[in-house]
Amino acid sequence: MAVADIDRSPKLQPQNEPTALRLAGLWAGEGGLRGWLSSVDHKEYGKRYIITAFVFLALGGVEALVMRLQLAGPNKTLLTPEQYNQLFSMHGLTMIFLYAQPVLSGFSVFLFPLILGTRDMAFPRLNAFSYWIYLLSGLFIYAGFLIGYGPNDGWFNYAPYALKPYNPGPNMDFYALGMILFGVSSTAGATNFVVTFLRARAPGMSINRAPILAWGTVTASFGILFSVPAVSLAFFMLWTDRQFGTHFFDPAGRGQPLLWQHLFWIFAHPWVYVVALPAMGIVSDALPIFCRRPLVGYTVVVLASVATMVMGFGVWLHHMFATGIPFLALSFFSAASFVITVPSAVAVFAWIATIWTGRPVLSTAFLFFAGFIVMFVIGGVSGVMTAAAPSDQQLTDTYFVVAHIHYVLIGINVLAVMGGLYVWFPKMTGRLLDERLGRWNFWTVFIGFNLAFLPMHWTGLAGMPRRIYTYPQGLGWSAVNLVTTIGAFILAFGVLLLFVNIWISRRRGVVAGPDPWGGPTLEWAVSSPPPPYDFAVIPAVASRHPLWEDALQEAAGKSSLTRGMALDDGKEMLVTTALDAEPVAIQKMPDDSLAPLLTAIAATALAVAALRHAWIAAGLVTLVLLAVLFFWLWPRRALGQVAERKHV
Amino acid sequence: MPTPASPPMNYLQAFGDKAEAIALLTWAMLVLSIAVVAIIALLTAAGVALRRSRLAVEDTGRAPIQRPSGGLSWITVGVAVSTLALVGSMAWNAYTMAAINRPPRAPALTIEVIGHQWWWQFRYLSDDPTQIFDTANEAHIPTGAPVRILVRSEDVIHSFWIPALGDKLDLIPGQTNASWFEANRPGAYRGQCAEYCGRQHAHMALTVVAQTPEAFHAWRAAQLRPAQRATGDLENGEALFGARCGACHTVRGTLAGGVFGPDLTHLMSRGAIAADTLQNTTATLTGWIADPQRIKPGAKMPTLELPGTELTKIRSYLQSLK
Repeated sequence: MAVADIDRSPKLQPQNEPTALRLAGLWAGEGGLRGWLSSVDHKEYGKRYIITAFVFLALGGVEALVMRLQLAGPNKTLLTPEQYNQLFSMHGLTMIFLYAQPVLSGFSVFLFPLILGTRDMAFPRLNAFSYWIYLLSGLFIYAGFLIGYGPNDGWFNYAPYALKPYNPGPNMDFYALGMILFGVSSTAGATNFVVTFLRARAPGMSINRAPILAWGTVTASFGILFSVPAVSLAFFMLWTDRQFGTHFFDPAGRGQPLLWQHLFWIFAHPWVYVVALPAMGIVSDALPIFCRRPLVGYTVVVLASVATMVMGFGVWLHHMFATGIPFLALSFFSAASFVITVPSAVAVFAWIATIWTGRPVLSTAFLFFAGFIVMFVIGGVSGVMTAAAPSDQQLTDTYFVVAHIHYVLIGINVLAVMGGLYVWFPKMTGRLLDERLGRWNFWTVFIGFNLAFLPMHWTGLAGMPRRIYTYPQGLGWSAVNLVTTIGAFILAFGVLLLFVNIWISRRRGVVAGPDPWGGPTLEWAVSSPPPPYDFAVIPAVASRHPLWEDALQEAAGKSSLTRGMALDDGKEMLVTTALDAEPVAIQKMPDDSLAPLLTAIAATALAVAALRHAWIAAGLVTLVLLAVLFFWLWPRRALGQVAERKHV
Repeated sequence: MPTPASPPMNYLQAFGDKAEAIALLTWAMLVLSIAVVAIIALLTAAGVALRRSRLAVEDTGRAPIQRPSGGLSWITVGVAVSTLALVGSMAWNAYTMAAINRPPRAPALTIEVIGHQWWWQFRYLSDDPTQIFDTANEAHIPTGAPVRILVRSEDVIHSFWIPALGDKLDLIPGQTNASWFEANRPGAYRGQCAEYCGRQHAHMALTVVAQTPEAFHAWRAAQLRPAQRATGDLENGEALFGARCGACHTVRGTLAGGVFGPDLTHLMSRGAIAADTLQNTTATLTGWIADPQRIKPGAKMPTLELPGTELTKIRSYLQSLK
């Protein structure tokens, strides 16, 4: 059957045309630059997050390629040591902070209200603010890099090398202040996810009916809320050590270099799950669509993600097995690091069972998810090897760990994100990504990735330390490094194919219709792209798979998108109870506003003033910041009761 | 840039009690890991191959939806088997940890390892102060007996690592960490700083030379002697060295008594210079003294721009320090 013949009409299309028109008038933002800057629409910010994260992915990728050229053979002199050190630091922090978490935020910000059956995030302006300050924190750090003061102490940024005596330039101040800004972004974003998840699910979507992506995101958000304070505080202490002579980390003043490592890894180990759990949620929700059956073991998979996040806070010390910590602590954290593997095994077998008991359609997205499972396991078992403290004391700080972190981050994050993009791109743009190009995209990424990073396990076992800008001949590292470099370029080409596919399909892709894959969850019930108000009436949910109810007959009642609360008396959203999602209140939603953008700019300006030691300017900027916040938070009687615009 | 011919860093072959226990554990976990990956990859591939739907991708939305039973047993069985494998690994892990925690015999000697950006200082400790001496980047140990190490850092965090002999141990400023290692066979073992420590982290390598106890004691006796006084033409070189280099380097028995750079008293007994960056030959030594910043940019040794005659004299003098 030709593509064009397929009926792509939605299954639960809202019928109420007058309501829809009225809602469009209430919810559609202004056009033009001002409308673009002041929008608070979650769909808009979801896309902006993803695009911005992809730009950082490309930047981090180029940095990696330059480093791989330097390491392609022994004794190369393409880069100076200082250039190499800045590159590996920028590469790490770009990928881990500016790409991995924000790209998942992008998916969640776009999808959250749609899969939960509501109209926007709980705090739309906070949502806009999270995005703007993320963008500005990235630009702030990159500004330092562009003027030659990029961080050069790695993304882990250990003291005392990060302190003034060894790093007199402003490199580390860019990193410290930029990370504090970034912490504001991720904290604000996480708060929004938690509240939206707990109080904005559609009536009837009890907590055990929420999609796994929502569970993954909210679990990761709790992780952010508990871990980011540690690192924001650590970076603030580092900055005062550098600027005001405090001695938190400086051994010369009886400070403790290890304090930095504790604070950093208490944050950074949970962060691994922050950038993994929502990605695992993408796979858990999207893989079943292509297997044509619900995920096996919904409840255990959800419990496993929660368990992973909780236990993730108890294993930070396994990044510090070589720091000379006492034997008892070593044994405890080593054992805990073994145990944390169990919940991951739950997820892996749930996915495999879903494939084995389903009828998988081998779409590009499915290929990415199947590849993801194997890469996830490779990253997992190398993680178990590093959990064994004696082995880790050999493996740590070698290329074995470099291989491990890339299997975790590319395997779990990038493959899931790419597969997820093939699934939800049609929802975002109304057009499908090209499948033929998609297959090229998948195979080049998959082969290039494994060619680059599988041999790195060997380089590590052969004793190559990480973070070295060059290495001598005759240690058995040269050939393997050449293979890695070739693989890295193939991988980069594969990523480029994705960008090309996006570029072409955005305008010329096959029109998707509301539900190209026959998905089970609410987002597939609305048009692609969704209308500004998402749902004409607030859906009532009766099961975990509202759109698959006819086939599965899993609930006595039926979910509905045609009968429900219209909430068209101004910009309104429904508030429901945390566990059972019973409607309890109507929330008035804010109109578009420049306040989030202005607040983000003022906060960044404060960081710039602090960087320059311009204390008078810093004082003035603080006043501006307070004024903007005042303007933002000023209570308005007519909040959300915006005048209807004439809609065409 | 020339590099010294060095023994490999591959630590799957071990040459000491401690390293052997670790290598065995690492091998076992590696084999187990490869088996797990193979099983999961096969299960995934077979699932995809056997269960694939014949539908075109465009028809995904029309494929029937089903809820087959029996999926949960995959999770139960899979997680049970994984947990058993994990518990086994944990037991072996705990056993190995206990085995390598303390040396099996009394240590033969204690070496203090002091990290610097970017070189290693080894101080052979002794109860008798006259028996203490320093060497740089090359440590000698006797075979067949544990060696105790105390590690500390003078600047940033480094990590002491000789893969074939034992595990890593961080050198953290403000604290002293202790560990031990052992070599059971004579030979040269390469080590390298494993914790990123700044610009020249890549060029912070070292060599541990394991010798029979007799050979080791002979070496130790030779190292304990101060440098021979320069005579003849070399006297001029010694004076120049004292003036140009003595603020940082020590040559015991001369006026050069600096503490910032490596002790050079028996420089020519070492196989390599500049923390294992260059083989110790006339040409590399000359190049290094003439322009260390070209070879190791950022190193703490400045380029002095010595006139050619001074350079030659200093180099000749250094080459007399056997």
